[in-house]
Amino acid sequence: MYAFTYQRPTSLDDAMAMLGDGDAKLLAGGHTLLPTMKQRLAAPSALIDLGALRDQLSGVTEEAGGVTIGAMTRHGEVAEDPIVKRVIPALAAMASVVGDPAVRSRGTMGGSVANNDPAADYPAACLALGATIRTTKRQIAAADYFTGLFETALEAGEIITAIHFPKPEKAGYEKFRNPASRYAMVGVFVAKTAEGVRVTVTGAGANGVFRAQDFEQALAANFSADAIKAVKMSPDGLNSDIHADAVYRAHLIGVMARRALDKANI
Amino acid sequence: MGSGETMLVAMTVNGKAVSRDVDPRTLLVQFLRDNLRLTGTHVGCDTSQCGACVVHIDGNAVKSCTILAVACESSAVTTIEGLAAGGTLHPMQEAFREHHGLQCGFCTPGMIMTAVDMVNRRGPDLDEHTIREDLEGNICRCTGYHNIVKAVAAGAQAMGETAFKQAAE
Ligand SMILES: Cc1cc2nc3c(=O)[nH]c(=O)nc-3n(C[C@H](O)[C@H](O)[C@H](O)COP(=O)(O)OP(=O)(O)OC[C@H]3O[C@@H](n4cnc5c(N)ncnc54)[C@H](O)[C@@H]3O)c2cc1C
Ligand code: FES
Ligand code: FES
Repeated sequence: MYAFTYQRPTSLDDAMAMLGDGDAKLLAGGHTLLPTMKQRLAAPSALIDLGALRDQLSGVTEEAGGVTIGAMTRHGEVAEDPIVKRVIPALAAMASVVGDPAVRSRGTMGGSVANNDPAADYPAACLALGATIRTTKRQIAAADYFTGLFETALEAGEIITAIHFPKPEKAGYEKFRNPASRYAMVGVFVAKTAEGVRVTVTGAGANGVFRAQDFEQALAANFSADAIKAVKMSPDGLNSDIHADAVYRAHLIGVMARRALDKANI
Repeated sequence: MGSGETMLVAMTVNGKAVSRDVDPRTLLVQFLRDNLRLTGTHVGCDTSQCGACVVHIDGNAVKSCTILAVACESSAVTTIEGLAAGGTLHPMQEAFREHHGLQCGFCTPGMIMTAVDMVNRRGPDLDEHTIREDLEGNICRCTGYHNIVKAVAAGAQAMGETAFKQAAE
C-alpha cells in the first residue's frame, strides 16, 4: 500500500471540502478500496473516512411507500432490517448474499453503488427497482447513474448520502456465485413495478449491469418463469473469462431469471 | 498531517486500553500482531477471502486485514487471545479441541471468532446448512470442514448452556 494521509471528518461539509484536495478518496467499509490499495491498483493521496458520519448516514426509513437507506448502512444491516424485509423482501435477500458474514458486517451500500463493480449485486437491484441515488449535490435516477465498468454519473467530490427504493409489486433476486470470489458470475433481479417489468443482469455484461429487454417484453403480460422458457438470451456483449464463456453466461441468465421469478411469485 | 507521518490511535483490545503511534497504512491485523504482539490472529491471504484474520469489533466479526487500525479509534476489539477466561478455554475453543476441528490450526482463530459471532447473531441451535453458509468467508486447507461444522454445532450448544447457567445463577 502506498502512503496516504488519513482524515476523519465529522460533518458532510468537511468531508466535501477534504475531497477537493488532490486525489483524495472516501473510505466507507473499505472492503473494496483497501484490497485495491493493497494490490497497489489505487494510490489515493488521502483517505476521507466516513466512519464518524455513520450515525448520520445510515439507517432505514419508510418513505412514500418504499424504503430509503442511508449510504453507510452495511449489507448485513440491510439484510436484517425489519422495514426492508417487510416492504421489499427481495432487497433484504439480495443483501444477505453479498460476500460472507464478515464482509456484510463492514461493507456498505453506498460504497458498493459508488464503486459499480460489474459483478456487484446492488447495481442490479437499483436498476430493477428504479431506485434514486441521493447525493450531496442532487438526485440521480438509477437508469442514468450506472454508466459502465466501475463508472457512474458521480462527479468529483460528490458523496452518496442515501438511496430510495420504490416498493415493487413483486421482486426476486438470484445469483450464481463465482466459486472463488463469491461475486455474481451471473445475478438477475426481476421486478414488477409501476414503470413496468424490469429484468436486470449483473456479473455478465461486458459493460456492467444491463436490462434484459427480451425477457421484460415476454414478462409484461405474464410475470412468471413459464413466460420466458422459450426466450433465448444472446451471448453478444457478454463476458467470457476463465470462469465462464459468454454462451454459458447467456444460458445462466435464463436459469437465474426463472429462479428469481419463482422467488418473486411465492 | 503529511504522508509518511504517524498518528496516535487508541482502542480497547481484549478489555485493555491500548494506544500506539502508527503509520495510517497499518492494518488492524498488523497493529494486533506487530504492535501488540497478539499473534493469534493470522494472515492467510491478501484478497480478504480466507478469514484467518477474523476478530470482533464492537461485537461484530470482521476481517482485520481489511480495516485500518486508525479507523478503529475508540472501538472495542476482541481477538482469539481474549476468549478464554483465565485458564479455562471458551466453550467454542473446547468444542474445536473435543471434535478435532483443526489440523494445522492456521485457520482456527478465525474459524472460532466467526463461530462465536454466529452464535451471538443466531442463537445456540445451528443446523449444518446454516453453519456451512456462515463459514463462507473462512477457508481451511486441511480439515475438509466436516469436523469444523461438528465443532461449531457442539460449541454453540455449549455456549447456550453456559448462558443458561449464568442466567440461572
Ligand atoms: C471477500 C469479499 C467478497 C465480496 N463479495 C461481494 C459480492 O458477492 N457482491 C457484491 O456486490 N460485493 C461484494 N464485495 C464487495 C463489498 O460489497 C464492498 O463492501 C463494497 O463493494 C464496497 O463497499 P465499502 O463500504 O466497503 O466501500 P469502500 O471500499 O470503502 O469504497 C469503495 C469505493 O466507493 C467510494 N465510496 C464509498 N462510499 C461512498 C459514498 N457514500 N459516496 C461516494 N463514494 C463512496 C470510495 O471512495 C471507493 O472508491 C466483496 C468484498 C470482499 C472483500
Ligand atoms: S487474511 Fe484477512 S481474509 Fe485472509
Ligand atoms: S486446520 Fe489447517 S487450515 Fe484449517
